[in-house]
Amino acid sequence: MNATKWGFKKSLWVFHLNAGACNNCDIEVLDCLCPKFDIERFGMKLVGSLKHADVLLVSGSVPRRVVPDLIEAYEQLPQPGVVIAIGACACTGGIFKDGYNFAGPVDKHVPVAAYVPGCPPRPEAIIGAVVKLLGKL
Amino acid sequence: MSTTIPIGPFHPVLEEPEYITLQVEGETVVSADIELGRIHRGMELLAEEKTFDQDVFLVERICGICSASHSWTATLAMEDIAGITVPDRARYLRTIVHELERLHSHMLWVGLAGHIIGYWTVFMWGWKYREPVLDALEAITGNRNNYAWYCPGGVRRDVPDDIWPPIVKAMDEFAEKTNLLIDVILNDPVILCRLKGVGILSKEDAIAYGVLGPTARGSGVDIDVRRDESYGAYDEVDWKVIVQPDGDCLAVGVVRLLEMIEATKIIKQCIKKLPKGEIRNEVREIPRGEGIGHIEAPRGECFHFIRSNGTNMPERHKMRAPTFLNIPSYRPRVKGETISDATLIFAVIDPCYSCTERMAAIDSDGSRVANGHDLIKLSHQRTEWLRKNL
Repeated sequence: MNATKWGFKKSLWVFHLNAGACNNCDIEVLDCLCPKFDIERFGMKLVGSLKHADVLLVSGSVPRRVVPDLIEAYEQLPQPGVVIAIGACACTGGIFKDGYNFAGPVDKHVPVAAYVPGCPPRPEAIIGAVVKLLGKL
Repeated sequence: MSTTIPIGPFHPVLEEPEYITLQVEGETVVSADIELGRIHRGMELLAEEKTFDQDVFLVERICGICSASHSWTATLAMEDIAGITVPDRARYLRTIVHELERLHSHMLWVGLAGHIIGYWTVFMWGWKYREPVLDALEAITGNRNNYAWYCPGGVRRDVPDDIWPPIVKAMDEFAEKTNLLIDVILNDPVILCRLKGVGILSKEDAIAYGVLGPTARGSGVDIDVRRDESYGAYDEVDWKVIVQPDGDCLAVGVVRLLEMIEATKIIKQCIKKLPKGEIRNEVREIPRGEGIGHIEAPRGECFHFIRSNGTNMPERHKMRAPTFLNIPSYRPRVKGETISDATLIFAVIDPCYSCTERMAAIDSDGSRVANGHDLIKLSHQRTEWLRKNL
């Protein structure tokens, strides 16, 4: 078992970072926590501090102003850690890719391990992505 | 001797990136500053580069929670220019989706408010009861959020009659659960201690700051676009505007909770009265002209202005969301309160930054308001700085 696999063996703690999203992906991420989907049964938990997290969920089209913050946040993520891009904006830029303030998508600035497309992706898709990613690590 | 406390930009309580600095003396907040601009996506310029049909789908993505409000406002503005009327069935269908959105937005706020004051149970309950509303929206429009439901002249698709009975049943259950929540929240001594008398916005301040929506109605200002300048089917159903005089966090919460009960009533009446017939009038072109649309979004009045030059793209599309006017009311509210209440007072207006961040620049002492040329200059300087530092 290599170090990365060992690092992700236990419960995954997730930090959610809104890099210029429209709230939709963010409320769907929070929806994963609510009793209907209840992601905590897989040991996953949304944490308040980046220093406690294993996974960084990034949503949003990354406007220019957020770029330094996003890079700084990624540097604070304890390693081994993975980044998941949530939503069409985070994956490709979506409808905002022609905007003058668009500096993304997310993978232009930080390495991304998994992409969850959709506007917004359903909670099932987000849970599915995390589970698939865990199998691949 | 005051200390500065930064909140943000990525704070777990606030969903969106924003940066608040609190000046505190001991535990008491003396002043607060809010730095916005992290979600500025260039929405207005993008709208001018897309056709009218595409615009409706773009403005939906201004904010994920009030996507129906923004798209309805934009279509109202377009219909205003072209002088198009909407079929009766479409008016009712539009109203139903808009009120369902109000339900899920208010319930979301109740959950987040519970989360902020440390009541995780209220969060879980609120979000559990919100799920049937999203299911209803999915049954009607095909998506949980970003409904793509409105289009100039009517609505995008018709719905069969057999989907309504489960939705009526869900609304009855939702009203029952909301009554339960109201009962719990208004009788819990700890919740009352955290909310009552905290963050008071007086009626005079509310009018001076021009706040809108539940924030204004919680301070005793009796405004509601749905009644004052009725649109959709609101003047054909029976409902009332909820106003609370106190202006504290509890009053705003009560306004939102009671509004949910009213919204379920509106939805049920609309479903009962839903006329048969066409759902869309054909729109051949949007002629040269100017038009406005304004409606009551869950957070307050949402306003769109569109100028058309006769082509298939708008020449100017100005959007103003309610949070833009609600945010400055944070200052009079938070002054003299303790740090532990600061985030709650900030959340009480149900802030939505992705709605707000069009463009505005004001010096920290309030002395200078930038004009368009200044903003372009500032933007160039900022871009230079970013290029150097990236």
